[in-house]
Amino acid sequence: MNRDFYSKLVFELSQPGRKGYKIPDNHLPEVKLPENLRRTSKLELPEVDEPSVVRHYNNMSTNNFGVDSGFYPLGSCTMKYNPKINEEVAAHQAFTSLHPATPDKAVQGALELYYTLQCALSEIGGMAEFTLNPYAGAHGELTGLLVIKAYHNSRGDVKRTKVIVPDSAHGTNPASAAVAGYEIIEVKSRPDGTVDVEDLKPLLDDTVAAVMMTNPNTLGIFEKNIPEIASLVHAAGALLYYDGANLNPMLGMARPGDMGFDVMHINLHKTFSTPHGGGGPGAGPVGVRAGLQQFLPNPRVVKNSDGSFSVVTDEKSLGSISAHLGNFAVEARALTYILSLGKQGLKEAGKLATLNANYVKESLKDVYCLPIEGVCKHEFVFDGLADKSTGVTTLNVAKRLLDHGYHAPTIYFPLLFHESLMIEPTETESLQTLDEFIAVMRDIAREAKETPDVVKNAPLNTPISHPDDTEAALHPIVNYTELTEL
Amino acid sequence: MSHRYFPHTDSDIDVMLKKCGVTSLDDLYADVPEQLLFRRDYNLPDEMSEKEVRDFFNKLGKKNDDLVCFAGNGFYDHYAPAVIGSLIARSEFLTAYTPYQPEISQGTLQYIFEYQSMMCRLTGMEVSNASMYDGTTATAEAMMMAVAHARKRNHVLISSTVNQAVIDVVKTYAGYHGVEISLIDEVDGVTSRESMKQLLAKGDVAGVIVATRNRYGIIEDFTGFAEDCQAAKALLIMNCVALDLATIKTPGEWGADVAVGDAQSLGIPLSFGGPYLGFFCAKKSLMRKIPGRIVGATKDKDGRRVFVLTLQAREQHIRREKATSNICSNQGLMSLYVTIYMSLMGAKGMADVNLQGCDGAHYLADKLVATGKCKLTFPNSPFLNEFCVTTSVPAQKIVDRALEEGILAGVQIAEDRLLIAVTEMQTVKEMDRLVEIVKSL
Repeated sequence: MNRDFYSKLVFELSQPGRKGYKIPDNHLPEVKLPENLRRTSKLELPEVDEPSVVRHYNNMSTNNFGVDSGFYPLGSCTMKYNPKINEEVAAHQAFTSLHPATPDKAVQGALELYYTLQCALSEIGGMAEFTLNPYAGAHGELTGLLVIKAYHNSRGDVKRTKVIVPDSAHGTNPASAAVAGYEIIEVKSRPDGTVDVEDLKPLLDDTVAAVMMTNPNTLGIFEKNIPEIASLVHAAGALLYYDGANLNPMLGMARPGDMGFDVMHINLHKTFSTPHGGGGPGAGPVGVRAGLQQFLPNPRVVKNSDGSFSVVTDEKSLGSISAHLGNFAVEARALTYILSLGKQGLKEAGKLATLNANYVKESLKDVYCLPIEGVCKHEFVFDGLADKSTGVTTLNVAKRLLDHGYHAPTIYFPLLFHESLMIEPTETESLQTLDEFIAVMRDIAREAKETPDVVKNAPLNTPISHPDDTEAALHPIVNYTELTEL
Repeated sequence: MSHRYFPHTDSDIDVMLKKCGVTSLDDLYADVPEQLLFRRDYNLPDEMSEKEVRDFFNKLGKKNDDLVCFAGNGFYDHYAPAVIGSLIARSEFLTAYTPYQPEISQGTLQYIFEYQSMMCRLTGMEVSNASMYDGTTATAEAMMMAVAHARKRNHVLISSTVNQAVIDVVKTYAGYHGVEISLIDEVDGVTSRESMKQLLAKGDVAGVIVATRNRYGIIEDFTGFAEDCQAAKALLIMNCVALDLATIKTPGEWGADVAVGDAQSLGIPLSFGGPYLGFFCAKKSLMRKIPGRIVGATKDKDGRRVFVLTLQAREQHIRREKATSNICSNQGLMSLYVTIYMSLMGAKGMADVNLQGCDGAHYLADKLVATGKCKLTFPNSPFLNEFCVTTSVPAQKIVDRALEEGILAGVQIAEDRLLIAVTEMQTVKEMDRLVEIVKSL
């Protein structure tokens, strides 16, 4: 990335009379809407020529940092390499031109793509069927919880109003449960970071609809009591939900379905390498064990006995949660990734992600505080610097990393520690990259002792420095009109 | 270890295992109970080369028909400038995460600010979020916001003329969220103001959802709706096709409180249903209640104008179950699509696109009616580039026959009804071919 700040907005390039388009003209007679239905206010969009638009956004991109720019150890986000062939497939004209309302017989290839990915995810998750319709991880969580609600409702079991989530859970877990109309009950973690089974037991009664867990959890620790937890949850008549945000290290090693989970979602933009795109689009397919398929959202894709594919709806379904079959172009990328890795590559990916995380952890735990010893999976959490006397915080360390050309780890999450610094290297980083990162992290720890102000004032050489967040929230300026009125 | 995406050599792995104090990769899974370990290979294909991957998808692609598209129903076949595809492929944009670190994310933050600014101007609203998944979920979020805003009132009205996919998703969210939904009647293909007033009179309504372009393609007249809603203290929510707003009266001009909808029409490929882009704009008084990310301008320590994620106290990663929504990300890259589209097209280009579609749709409608096989379902209602015909032969028959000729004739919305859209992408010749097909039946 470029360290000089490109600060212009496209509005500031506008010159009356310039344009950046040419559309075909059918030279048909002009028809106008009735006057009272027409827009009367002037639409003030920029007037810019094509070369200026291209240069503007190119320059803008140079102030951004992506996985292709450098190491991005953002915990719980699985910032692995996004293969280029994925993009080529997603841009294939035979898919991009398809209208969602096209009759099944004219889109057999697209339906086969959906069905093939659905089956592959079922195999990987150990589930009976997946819907690919949810648009993102949080949307998948919501969809999964609605599957659970539809299941309980179908049995007339309507008094189940609570969802249990661990205190270490991703913020979307309780938020999704609230949107699904559930009351949230928090279950505590033990000192080793795993769910406290003794704390869970008394919470499980016939008012609990589901327990949401991620395994490995947000500390990167495998919940080894999961078989016991699953049987307790099922004995109480509740279902066990798997937040697939941390699925990556389990690829080829263990399957949520085999662990006793009933419903799960997968973030295709994490484990299956589709690009994060600055915040989206993602995809959050939801899988269910046998017996729950009929509750999946409408529509579904089925394979007929003659080998053709159809889009179907089911009355028992929870309803629809999307306009059609989800983020299809994201699904195409994920299937490309699965085929590119093959069954062998998928098995390597999980193990190497785990190896990378453990290597970084072991290489830094003498200078950063490791609250929970032992082997981790894809990620781990430090509770800030080991030496707390310097006054250098996790935020300072994160900002100092930006000076060295790294994205920051996830900070102040999970909420279990005051100075959480969550690192997830992923399998696509080399030993050299990790060693360089480790050296920089050690340098920062040394700086914190010798010249703490340098770390506290970081970042020092990024395109911008120390934006005033407080002012932004106190006096929000959220569009260009407000900006020019200042 | 062999895969090209993994940099590890055997000796790298040995060095790393040693550091971790174990002797094999499997040792790193010693904490996983034996009975949970997956002992076989996935029942999936072997690793493919890029050539084989390309062959695989080319083969699938050939199983799709290449069609002239007269289908709409919320999603339209528009021209997208080549510039968009080129710029969104910049990997600094493509491979970044949510801009949590503003110092190295000004690119993403800047284009979202531009996006928010353009969407405010397009909808006539004062504040826009950084985008949502699609138009259906954005409308469902607006429904939930209305209920949260009204506190004790738990009833939302939605016009029967709103696109069916939107109604379905709103109903799903409402059903599980404990919100009561009532449908406002339609009369002659448009929302009945009388029916809305009767429902509002019950006094428990938090919001009213209508569509500026409705399920029949009709551009509705909402004179008096804002006053009726204000009197009942209900939020007026308008669902729109984004591109229309360059030409038709905006939610802001109608006096709406919230404008939502899909922005696929602004340069996003159809891609069999997604990814698209939901927009969510509102009056400034609702700013702290709206779901999703919002980018704001501020200054850095050197006084430079910079951009940050702001008002995050509404969001799930801070508020958990008390957040305004469970939305985590926005639809980042898709907002870049539409921002570049609007930068290139400008107000005039977008109005030209609407005009081309409008002229084409009226031409095609006249020709189809002249065949005697169709009539306009609502002949006195104004439309832009999409219209509904009632067919004297089964609509299915028209669709099937046209498919054989490489044409997607429209979207069948009833046994004898076809919803047909025209954009700048279909030629007069192609329209005439569709007319000939209908005539022949």
